[in-house]
Amino acid sequence: MGSQCNGDEFEMPEIKIKFTKLFINGQFVDAISGKTFETRDPRTGEVIAYVAEGDKADVDVAVKAAREAFDHGKWPRMSGYERGRIMMKLADLIEQNIEELAILDSVDVGKLFSLNKIVDIPGTIHLLQYYAGAADKIHGETLKMSREFQGYTLKEPIGVVGHIIPWNFPSTMFFFKVSPALAAGCTMVVKPAEQSPLSALYYAHLAKQAGIPDGVLNVVTGFGPTAGAAICSHMDVDKVSFTGSAEVGRLVMEAAARSNLKSVSLELGGKSPIIIFDDADVDMAVDLANKAIFYNKGEICVAGSRIYVQEGIYDEFMKKAAEKAKKWVVGDPFNPQVHQGPQVDKKQFEKVLEYIEHGKKEGATILTGGRPCGDKGYYIEPTIFTDVKEDMSIAQDEIFGPVMSLMKFKTVEEAIEKANNTRYGLAAGIVTKDLNIANRVSRSIRAGIIWINCYFAFDVDCPFGGYKMSGFGRDMGMHAMDKYLQVKSVVTPIYGSPWL
Amino acid sequence: MANHCNGNSGGAFKMPEIKFTKLFINGQFVDSVSGKTFETRDPRTGEVIAKVAEGDKEDVDLAVKAAREAFDHGKWPRMSGYERGRLMMKFADLIEEHIEELAMLDSLDAGKLLKMGKSMDIPHCANMLRYYAGAADKIHGETLKLSSQCQGYTLKEPIGVVGHIIPWNFPSTMFFLKVSPALAAGCTMVVKPAEQTPLSALYFAHLAKQAGIPDGTINVVNGFGATAGAALCSHMDVDKISFTGSTEVGRLVMEAAARSNLKPVSLELGGKSPIIIFDDADVDMAVDLAQKAIFYNKGEICVAGSRIYVQEGIYDEFVKKAAESAKGWVVGDPLDPDVHQGPQIDKKQFEKVLQYIEHGKREGATLLTGGKPCGEKGFYIEPTIFTDVKEDMKIAQDEIFGPVMSLMKFQTIEEAIEKANATRYGLAAGVLTKDLDIANRVSRSVRAGTIWINCYFAFDPDAPFGGFKMSGFGRDYGLNAIEKYLQVKSVVTPLYSSPWL
Repeated sequence: MGSQCNGDEFEMPEIKIKFTKLFINGQFVDAISGKTFETRDPRTGEVIAYVAEGDKADVDVAVKAAREAFDHGKWPRMSGYERGRIMMKLADLIEQNIEELAILDSVDVGKLFSLNKIVDIPGTIHLLQYYAGAADKIHGETLKMSREFQGYTLKEPIGVVGHIIPWNFPSTMFFFKVSPALAAGCTMVVKPAEQSPLSALYYAHLAKQAGIPDGVLNVVTGFGPTAGAAICSHMDVDKVSFTGSAEVGRLVMEAAARSNLKSVSLELGGKSPIIIFDDADVDMAVDLANKAIFYNKGEICVAGSRIYVQEGIYDEFMKKAAEKAKKWVVGDPFNPQVHQGPQVDKKQFEKVLEYIEHGKKEGATILTGGRPCGDKGYYIEPTIFTDVKEDMSIAQDEIFGPVMSLMKFKTVEEAIEKANNTRYGLAAGIVTKDLNIANRVSRSIRAGIIWINCYFAFDVDCPFGGYKMSGFGRDMGMHAMDKYLQVKSVVTPIYGSPWL
Repeated sequence: MANHCNGNSGGAFKMPEIKFTKLFINGQFVDSVSGKTFETRDPRTGEVIAKVAEGDKEDVDLAVKAAREAFDHGKWPRMSGYERGRLMMKFADLIEEHIEELAMLDSLDAGKLLKMGKSMDIPHCANMLRYYAGAADKIHGETLKLSSQCQGYTLKEPIGVVGHIIPWNFPSTMFFLKVSPALAAGCTMVVKPAEQTPLSALYFAHLAKQAGIPDGTINVVNGFGATAGAALCSHMDVDKISFTGSTEVGRLVMEAAARSNLKPVSLELGGKSPIIIFDDADVDMAVDLAQKAIFYNKGEICVAGSRIYVQEGIYDEFVKKAAESAKGWVVGDPLDPDVHQGPQIDKKQFEKVLQYIEHGKREGATLLTGGKPCGEKGFYIEPTIFTDVKEDMKIAQDEIFGPVMSLMKFQTIEEAIEKANATRYGLAAGVLTKDLDIANRVSRSVRAGTIWINCYFAFDPDAPFGGFKMSGFGRDYGLNAIEKYLQVKSVVTPLYSSPWL
């Protein structure tokens, strides 16, 4: 079964919500309408705080501030080095407030408090430091023209950027997008998910403390169809960067097309396969696969939700996977003994349970789990299905919950075909020691990141993004900044050049 | 006024044989599934040149299927970049062997100058193919500097099946602008040429096969935007669309991509490009440059320098010389080597340009020269210059896509920059000055994808080209163009006992 789902004895930190208003042009302000919305604690379903609800009018004010800050303000006119210094300062301030920020994401989204403190929030620091160090290394090129001309490219900041971020990794996602855009010299309006507005507002406060000029970073909390749509349709936003579901990704791209043809980048869902070959160490593979799907309660775009195990080790794998899942502790995310907190809200909770029912109805076998957990909040047992057929909805749709589909395969060809049999293409895992299998399979699976003998091996220097309907554009790495830059070519005739 | 403006160069002209009029799918010339054909007309007279197979959704489905098979199982992506480059070089050679025929097709189809087709447009196609042929074996990913004990590298993989939707103003250049980098990347493709100019694309398809490019790699489906073009944009098995054309249709392309399979798109759209001429410019050189910038290719070019800003110190002299110079600009049969400007491409464009000229007059601009249609047959318009143009007039804001110059005065550099940027477009801009600081400041301040200093139309295979703002996104030309047809894949493995990190 899952396990605890109860309140064991542990020390709860004090929950303080300091920032609940919109952050526009360096000030915390109420929404123009005066409206607020609730954000709830998924451990209990209860309201944590009332947050200002931004709508089109607030987005207009924020974009105006960002436009002024870009067209006439200091930020793009500083050197990359100076921008980097200020970004380093913000990183330092985050480091001084790790505990408070970690509390916010746990109480807003049900993420593990201990992991927030040692992985998520420090990860944001690392992202800022990486891009701070890149800000003074943005290079265009001098060209090799075929006539007597000098040509060079300039990489210019694109202007006012809209960032629309999801709720599953509120801090990581915030800095995934904000850091390279700041380094590039852009100004921006961030629309956090309505499920997770709290940490974004705290970061806005720290940004001001760090010396980021007013108007450069604006945060408008609110809902997708109102505030989010307003950003995507805004005639004065130059670019939108979106991470979220494919359904909403469509709306983002359509709105961009209908308004000012702003470019968009989309990081969408996934149904990532992990292919485990006969030569894999079974214990290592079981551990990797379990973490791949149950980590962060399965609420991660690259969740390894389809596990393909070669027939030679399948039975052993299945037995050990079930045992391991039974040891996976579900409970209060503030409890350091817990592995898995609650799903983010009622809607997601019900959706996952629905998929579990689908799986049973479609004829898959529940190996372990399958039920909700506890009487309060949105806890679900870690669940493993076997006897899954490729065309079942649990094998094709992104569930976004702790539900593994375990399947068997015989040959490399079959594994590759099945791995690619999805409209998504975000990540994939390969577990093998064989060099040739590793090389062949990594080139054959159509996904944006291939993890060999590891999973979730993210790195700030490693580009991340989708193939197919998992989207386009890359986050992380030096090239993430390209999303926030435009290439300008400058050409002049030359006379008397001693070389061409 | 402008001059010849007669239908064609006398009775000596004989319509050449039009060899290729069917769709090119999977290495074969085939009729459309429906059997329908459409007419393509000669803008010198409005008469029909040929009937061409009209592709629709079913034909696009067949073409995409062929391209998908060629990509997923065929030779093209499995060849080395070097081998792809060799075949592209062969293709370039074949184009050079047929320059006359190809140039003639574009002149008849689009009213383009035959002389320019032979000396520039068609040879340029061979140049582009060769540039990308030489790049095909130099597509690099990177090894990374990971912060944990892991090895990481990026692979630049061909994105798959690409849809190219190309416009009618430079049918050959546009074909190779898109096809060349996509071929180099290892992709397969379906090209939808503009309905106004279906002919040269089919000839190129024939030469591609002759060059040894495998069946299904390049497919050409002629037809209309609303049918064949839309089918390509909405197709669930096309991985990428590359579009050059109007802003209005660009929107439809992006929307269709969003509603279907979220395929990435790149758009190269319209422009209202400014040329800023400072007091220290050589007036004769400036007049010549500005004139060519707007009247070249009858103004049917996305980067046409349609807004000319002249600093007040030289304004009066410039106006006088511009008017005189325009009178020497010969409008007539594009097959005639002494003509500078052929007819507008079709009746619709012809009427649209004349409408804008009327708008200009009504809004209160002064007609300095031209302004009238020319001759009694075909779609010829006199080279036209308006002065006393205000920034908010339609002729200053909208892309006219015809030989109509808006000439305006400015005082200070700040004013020039502000006016240059007062447009929803951002494709190109020209700056005429000898002053280093003015050149640097203005080139950085004008929000456009290409800045030409003391030159114009200085395209180059190695110089990235594309828009800011509503002129689109994505770049053609240069090594970066190949990126549009590649995807980045990261591959990460843990390391043990590495002596360095």
